[in-house]
Amino acid sequence: MNKGWNEFDAGAILFTFNEKVGNISEIHSEDRPYSPSSSFTASVSDWRIEKPVFNKEYCIDCQFCWIYCPDVSIISRDKKMVGVDYDHCKGCGICVEVCPTNPKSLMMVAEGKDEEEVLAAWPQKDQEKNNG
Amino acid sequence: MAEKMELRDVEVWDGNMAAAQALRQAQIDVVAAYPITPSTPIVENYANFLANGYIDGEFVMVESEHAAMSGCIGASAAGGRVSTATSSQGFALMVETLYQASGMRLPIVLNVVNRALASPLNVNGDHSDMYLGRDSGWIQICAFNAQDAYDLALCAFRIGEDHGIRLPVMVHQDGFMTSHTAMGVRTLTDDVAYNFVGEFKPFNAMLDFEKPVSYGVQTEEDWHFEHKARQHNDLMTKVHPKIKEVFADFKKLTGRTFNLVEGYHMEDAEVAVVAIGTAVKTAQVAVEKLRAEGVKAGVVGIRVLRPFPFNEIKAMIKNLKAVAAMDRSSPNGTVGALYNELAGVIVQMDKAPVMNNYVYGLGGRDITIAHFMAIFEDLKANAKAGKVQQPLQQFINVRGPKLSFLSQE
Repeated sequence: MNKGWNEFDAGAILFTFNEKVGNISEIHSEDRPYSPSSSFTASVSDWRIEKPVFNKEYCIDCQFCWIYCPDVSIISRDKKMVGVDYDHCKGCGICVEVCPTNPKSLMMVAEGKDEEEVLAAWPQKDQEKNNG
Repeated sequence: MAEKMELRDVEVWDGNMAAAQALRQAQIDVVAAYPITPSTPIVENYANFLANGYIDGEFVMVESEHAAMSGCIGASAAGGRVSTATSSQGFALMVETLYQASGMRLPIVLNVVNRALASPLNVNGDHSDMYLGRDSGWIQICAFNAQDAYDLALCAFRIGEDHGIRLPVMVHQDGFMTSHTAMGVRTLTDDVAYNFVGEFKPFNAMLDFEKPVSYGVQTEEDWHFEHKARQHNDLMTKVHPKIKEVFADFKKLTGRTFNLVEGYHMEDAEVAVVAIGTAVKTAQVAVEKLRAEGVKAGVVGIRVLRPFPFNEIKAMIKNLKAVAAMDRSSPNGTVGALYNELAGVIVQMDKAPVMNNYVYGLGGRDITIAHFMAIFEDLKANAKAGKVQQPLQQFINVRGPKLSFLSQE
């Protein structure tokens, strides 16, 4: 984007969609006509320092992470956990905190870490916790 | 549906009632307001009209002027016709939100009843608050009496709400001198006034759910400059033509004439004062007396302070030999703001008049015809000598030893 001062809408306003929309609540976010300036299209996660990694092997699709995420960054379809929206996740760690499985199905790791390596070294079931 | 009010052709109104009646006739959707002397009766009268069934819109009582303007911003962005009123300390508290309103290009009409700023606390009229708003990106239009306050408030909606403009407008009137002094005000009927203002046409309204829009975005070094440039461009190039168009339509309707700058006997004037507000009218009386004595004196009244009518003033003062900038606000450490504005004009003139500066009327102190007669004596001497014969800046009608600064000897 390389707009000049004369090419913006007056008032520094931003339109969410490229076109008029109707029943927006019935359309999944990836199918909506979001404009390039909407915060759905733009990444707003560049200051995240830790990210949640999702391991579907242990997930029970309880939807706790989806409910508790303050940034609507847990992607779930038909009550099945799909993954994390890394363009909007700020790395707060709430999803990991509320995950009830043992071991957890989400884990916070340093932003730059390779996901495959993290999944390969996933923690084992915590026997003590289950016995307790 | 709001009741219509039967008005006589001429009503005895003070500036506050005149402004309140204009707001009622404009059929505003939302007024969010907090009372402060001397503007309180504007919103008090407005609330009275509402309670008696003359208004359909919402009146929101808030906890401060910051909240009042914030409420106006929200309502305006949502897509309604919006107005409020304030003065002085309340205006000062509003300042942060004034910049928000203009940056979001929201056409709010703010009636500012000008009053001194504390400390010391003072409820009377001067232009400290008007000057405080002059970089805020608003259009500033100045009334010289209650009739102007009525007429210009009606014009303000037309100017600011135009989709090519979309900027907020302040209509200034002098605290007490205009706001609480009654005069015969020529009225328009409710229908005629509303037809002149026109139906509000929403533009990029937040309440348009089919086309959602975000107001109040953040832009850093990447885009902030472009948005400010756009706003300044629109103020500099689009607003004066629109004001002239609206003033011309208003003249057609009422016969009453408004200009960006109001000249009084300026066609052949050799000496003149430049002023804002009620002092313009006082100066005009002094000029009548001087004309009877054969002195070619004139008055320049600033009708539109922002955008500043640079070229119009330049044309109006081109034959002057001496001119005085009249500032009704303490400059607190330099020449008056109006002096500075005019100096910018004069430095671009081929044959520049000599100019000096008077600070007058702070906190409601009178300026009288006699004071202007004395000022014109200075100007005559300056015109004759071709240079300023006094210190550049003089304080008028202040107790104690004669107070003046910036001697050029």
